Amino acid sequence: MTNEELKQLVTELLAEATVEDPAVPGPGWVTVHVDPPAWLSFARALREHPDEQFDYLFCLTCVDWKTHLTMVYHLSSTRHRQALVVKSKLDREHPEIESVSSIWKTAEFHEREVYEMFGVRFNGHPDLRLLILPDGWEGKYPLRKDFEDPVNMIRL
Amino acid sequence: MAHSPTAEMGPEAGKEKFPGEIHETPGGGVVLSKLDDIINWARSNSLWPLTFATSCCGIEMMSTASAKYDFSRFGFEVARATPRQADVIIIAGTIVNKMAPVLKRLYDQMADPKYVIAMGACAISGGPFFYNTYSVVKGADHVIPVDVYVAGCPPRPEALLHALITLQQKIRAGLTREQIRSGQETK
Repeated sequence: MTNEELKQLVTELLAEATVEDPAVPGPGWVTVHVDPPAWLSFARALREHPDEQFDYLFCLTCVDWKTHLTMVYHLSSTRHRQALVVKSKLDREHPEIESVSSIWKTAEFHEREVYEMFGVRFNGHPDLRLLILPDGWEGKYPLRKDFEDPVNMIRL
Repeated sequence: MAHSPTAEMGPEAGKEKFPGEIHETPGGGVVLSKLDDIINWARSNSLWPLTFATSCCGIEMMSTASAKYDFSRFGFEVARATPRQADVIIIAGTIVNKMAPVLKRLYDQMADPKYVIAMGACAISGGPFFYNTYSVVKGADHVIPVDVYVAGCPPRPEALLHALITLQQKIRAGLTREQIRSGQETK
């Protein structure tokens, strides 16, 4: 499937999904923006649609843009040899989105990591607690741009 | 023969003579030496490193151990996977806050006499992770005492060999850390 066909299919699945213009023109990955409430059903459709079958979530991360957070999901289809990037803009004060761990099991750990590093709450996650950080780190989000830690950190 | 721990690295480095002198007597000879010097000489020529690597410096350490550089030529014979059998720990990589207690425990489990080499920028000061990080220990010497520091990111195998030979010279000099720190360089 070409990128153009993929873009069309994605907009058929979710009409309000917007396709991002690539930063560098060329045969790169297609990037789609969705609103957080639409994400879970859209994710399930991507996973199950026979022409897409995005069965492999190979990257799940978050970006702090200071004004808002952006969740980034990298999906890949082992059947159709295709990749898709999905982004979702979150409110920085109350970042909240549906967990996709029921669709891609691997998201369970990734979402725990995003939770401890950025403080995003994943609704429906079976076990949302710190992954690597030591106990007592709740409420401090070290990968946010404004994170301060006078004990461990030296500011440049 | 006492060696200064800051001895120049020349072509004779690592080739120090046996610490003693031969007194010729009819029918043979007698070697005279000091037990301390012989012990230090023996220790310095058999230093087994612990296989401890936390990041990319470990790759250079493995290279130093393998055929091309081969630190066993200098007495670093065989890397041990248990601290109980190791004499020197080469801190090859970043030490994070969660790793620090593990490093301390490994050091404590090593039998005396034991030596520490801080390999690379991370082990020396936190290096590239000195600023703006919540998780990295700013120098392994906050956790355990270090004998020799090797600069680099990561240091080349030659630099690590230099550090290992420097450690040997330090051991042969027979001084404690405190004596070296106070500037007392000869016995």
